[in-house]
Amino acid sequence: MARARKPVVAGWFTEAGPHTDDGPAAQGTGADQDFRLIGTRCQDCGSVFFPREDTFCRNPACSGTTLEETPLSRRGRVWSYTDGRYRPPAPYVSDPAREWEPYVLVAVELAAERMVVLGQAAPGTALADLAVGMEVELVPGVLNEDDETTWTTWHWQPLGGDR
Amino acid sequence: MTDDVAVLGAGMHPWGKWGRSFTEYGVAAARAALADAGLAWTDIQLVVGADTVRGGYPGYVAGATFAQALGWQGARVTSVYAACASGAQAVNAARAQILAGMADVALVIGADAAPKGFFAPAGGNRPDDPDWLRFRVLGATNPTYFGLYARRRMALHGDTLEDFAQVKVKNSAAGAANPNARYRKAVSADEVAASAVVADPLRLLDICATSDGAAAVVLSSMEFARRHTTDPVRIRAVSTVTPSYPKTVLDLPDFATDSAAAVEPPALGLRASIAAAAYEEAGIGPSDLDLAEVYDLSTALELQWYEDLALCAPGEGAKLLRDGATALGGRIPVNTSGGLASFGEAVPAQAIAQVCELTWQLRGLAGDRQVPGARAGITANQGLFGHGSSVVAVR
Ligand SMILES: [Zn+2]
Repeated sequence: MARARKPVVAGWFTEAGPHTDDGPAAQGTGADQDFRLIGTRCQDCGSVFFPREDTFCRNPACSGTTLEETPLSRRGRVWSYTDGRYRPPAPYVSDPAREWEPYVLVAVELAAERMVVLGQAAPGTALADLAVGMEVELVPGVLNEDDETTWTTWHWQPLGGDR
Repeated sequence: MTDDVAVLGAGMHPWGKWGRSFTEYGVAAARAALADAGLAWTDIQLVVGADTVRGGYPGYVAGATFAQALGWQGARVTSVYAACASGAQAVNAARAQILAGMADVALVIGADAAPKGFFAPAGGNRPDDPDWLRFRVLGATNPTYFGLYARRRMALHGDTLEDFAQVKVKNSAAGAANPNARYRKAVSADEVAASAVVADPLRLLDICATSDGAAAVVLSSMEFARRHTTDPVRIRAVSTVTPSYPKTVLDLPDFATDSAAAVEPPALGLRASIAAAAYEEAGIGPSDLDLAEVYDLSTALELQWYEDLALCAPGEGAKLLRDGATALGGRIPVNTSGGLASFGEAVPAQAIAQVCELTWQLRGLAGDRQVPGARAGITANQGLFGHGSSVVAVR
């Protein structure tokens, strides 16, 4: 039975397109041009927010209340990276019966937005594949699955990372 | 500048994993501080408690709990919560009421009985809580953020794993001489290197543990102090600043920094602004300091604090360490108590424990850890969600 695909947080990123399968989006550069993180932009001062700020602008010099959705840059440069060698506590979902498999986390600097956004690296990304300053791109990914739902998320993938 | 308040007494319950309640630890620390001050509990006009922490959020209300355990005697009460910065907020709440003339003498207490392992968020399904979401969406534990800072320092400043290990070596050597520390054994760089990686590039011995423990101080007006003692340690400044927008450093539990697209970043980041506010209020600068107690949640973070406290130029934290300046006997010893590396973190007690260490150092009673002739010291830390914390004490 097919599971429904649902974003782990509604409204933080575009839903994956019809060509994206469950597994890692391993189509390489250019496969998911439409997949973006969704922030908001204050219509008064231009400040960008991610995670999205929908009611009040957080610029202390601005009292703006009109914030419109804006897609964030699809590519950025690695600000830093690390990994999780031990199973994180709930609400992170993992199968306690299976041996813990470390995954990589990447903080990515987006030039246009002048901000740093965290994300898990695409499955298969190793620490050795990364360096501070290298270019990465956003790809759709799967966080976890339960009986009814495939919970989708965003991943950062080294550019040109055909695997 | 504000007026000084006096530190009449300091006391702790030793850090460890004792398996008892935070109230018991807090009362033990309070009684030690009162004895040190030569005062009775019934002399205290204000009790301030730093609330315990459960899942990043306030746990047990502390002020009234300690007041009841010590025996209701009608004192004013205040309870505060600011995560890791709770202790400094408690000190400041007492200071402000003393300076406002609402109380002459106050007892400040922080204590916790910490759960084992990673700090986990509060339970339930709470998708509107960033601290819950970072675990759900990223599995980002506190060491995740420490690992990111450490890797960034390696790329930007050339810090090495050996530098990080040497912070642990330094702090464990100091902690070995501190009867209140949980870990009282010198650790070698080889032992750090042999410990398991938790969040690359940091290993188990680079990251502080969670502990049970308690610390307390008795604070008073200078007028009250003159009637009870001569030449007391004085608190000259307490910095409790929030960040300035846009905050461009990724702090836990953030998913992202603020954007600097529309507003230029402030000249100082949060940690540096915490220190700058403390220096300004105290009317002293980094060159006037004899020691510093900083929040070494990780070894790499201690090096960051050197720079944010302006003990050295940005990027030169590792050099300051390599030169031996921050070890006992160096130009500006840092974490003479042994730091979190030797204590582990008992969150609401920790910033008060830092003030206890300054107090003993400035009185010349720190034993084998003593910084000769210490006259001025600073503490620094930062609490989850944007709480600055720094205390300047002088004698
Ligand atoms: Zn605005």
